[in-house]
Amino acid sequence: MLFLSSFAIALIPLAWLLWVVVARGWYAVTQPGWWSHSLRGVLPEQFSGGVYHAVYGTLAQAGVAAMLAVPLGFMTAVYLAEYRSRRLAQFTTFIVDVLAGLPSIVAALFIFSLWIATLGFHQSAFAVSLALVLLMLPVVVRSSEEMLKLVPHELREASYALGVSKWKTIMRIVVPIAMPGIVSGVLLSIARVMGETAPVLVLVGYSRSINFNLFDGNMASLPLLIYTELDNPEHAGFLRVWGAALTLVIVVAAVYLVAAAASRIMARRRR
Amino acid sequence: MAQGSPTQSPDRTQATPALRARDGAAARRGDRLFELAAAAAGSTIVIAILLIAIFLLIHAIPSLRANHANFFTSAQFNTTDGNHLAFGIRDLFMVTALSSLCALALAVPVAIGIAVFLTQYAPARLSRFFGALVDLLAAVPSIIFGLWGIFVLAPQLEPFETMLHRHLGWIFLFKAGDVSLAGGGNIFTAGAVLAVMILPIITSVSREVFRQTPTTHIEAAQALGATKWEVVRMTVLPFGRSGAAAASMLGLGRALGETVAILIILRASANAGHWSLFDGGYTFASKIASAASEFSEALPTGAYISAGFVLFVLTFIVNAVARAIVGRVVDR
Repeated sequence: MLFLSSFAIALIPLAWLLWVVVARGWYAVTQPGWWSHSLRGVLPEQFSGGVYHAVYGTLAQAGVAAMLAVPLGFMTAVYLAEYRSRRLAQFTTFIVDVLAGLPSIVAALFIFSLWIATLGFHQSAFAVSLALVLLMLPVVVRSSEEMLKLVPHELREASYALGVSKWKTIMRIVVPIAMPGIVSGVLLSIARVMGETAPVLVLVGYSRSINFNLFDGNMASLPLLIYTELDNPEHAGFLRVWGAALTLVIVVAAVYLVAAAASRIMARRRR
Repeated sequence: MAQGSPTQSPDRTQATPALRARDGAAARRGDRLFELAAAAAGSTIVIAILLIAIFLLIHAIPSLRANHANFFTSAQFNTTDGNHLAFGIRDLFMVTALSSLCALALAVPVAIGIAVFLTQYAPARLSRFFGALVDLLAAVPSIIFGLWGIFVLAPQLEPFETMLHRHLGWIFLFKAGDVSLAGGGNIFTAGAVLAVMILPIITSVSREVFRQTPTTHIEAAQALGATKWEVVRMTVLPFGRSGAAAASMLGLGRALGETVAILIILRASANAGHWSLFDGGYTFASKIASAASEFSEALPTGAYISAGFVLFVLTFIVNAVARAIVGRVVDR
């Protein structure tokens, strides 16, 4: 009974939080233009426009981060799972674990001091993506590694017995079997980093209108829009904060659902 | 696990030696290249950690040199005048430690309760589903936790905080703080929200550890006529003690570095704190984030980067120790 109640204690905040976000954000997200307009030219006290520019920013920054983090994370996972006897592999496992606990603000500061203060680039969405890569990598590595380790050894041994080399065995036999799990792990890591706020605070400026250019200029994202609108004392600010919060929850949930669907479809097709 | 080089299987037919030799060489070259690529990816991550430490230090040292206050014992953080920097991390450390420990105190008992419930009490089928529900908490972006914490939870906590202060005010933790209780925004509120945020990681690691309680121990306890609770107390909890401690440390690592939720919740306070849970102030992470828009001059920015370096070292140590313990427990 005691243990059941502790479980209930954990669910109360979850349900409460989701309820509040939906209840307060519902009005804003159902307004016409919320999903198709930016806040360009909209006055702080005026509630119109939408968050299309911020949704683009969130998806683009996370997407670019994924493009960099997935190949690197995937190869690392292969190394950790398939060459795990190597000294370097054991040390890397430890480092990946430590990296998993890296605070997002430290990742942001690191990219700031490397990319902006040392290399002299300007603030940009790409700098945010670089910080997100650091935050994504451990999740991608961990989940892919787990999936690779689940592939039965008999399959590898059968392949070796046929004279197939190790790397072909990995790429043709092991990886395809682990693929559904790897894909869903990658998508979950994307969902994770989409809500990161610290990197966007440090590495890119806020913009009220759309900016497609990842390498230059300010770019909004949902967390940055929420944070900026918190300073807006008007009722429109309140609506936008909670509307953007609900939008963020919806976007994250959508990626989660895609992840679940993708792994299910891929698993079924193989059968 | 097939280790070493599997291409050197000796017992292949000797019918076409020329062809085999060429195949073998190509395959070995492919193997070596592939392993090299994989190892390169792995070492990139190791190098990344090194680079983090190096670059933070490079940008922190000039500011530390120019610092007119003692970095470890000063409570001020004055970076407006680049020619007369005076900053110290005493208050940042105090607020960070207090809010994280407060979060741990609230989260650990609940998380362990959940882990015991999921591994020992809940039906196996439901256990996975329930576990996924708790993990959903980890999927909620931290800025949303912050919004919820300050606008929704804080007003609800206020009567409770008032009560704590009235009855336990003689303990230094519950002394009157330097921000008013009305509207929340103190370390206690931040700790409560952090507790919810670190619940999933503590739960999931403890769950892994408790699940590995040897069946023989449990059956032995049952054979002695132990009730379900006694089984948990005599076998599961002692077995999982170090694992649960490691899980808590991982939670602590998360709490130390949490940025934006704290930034939204904690109100700034003009005075130096004095170890009360009802103080306001800044943690390492929220201090850095609060100044993020002013990072233009090298020296003031370096002051924040040095705070970031301290945070990096703190979380590194906490996580490394926790992982070392978990690794030992899980490998056992």
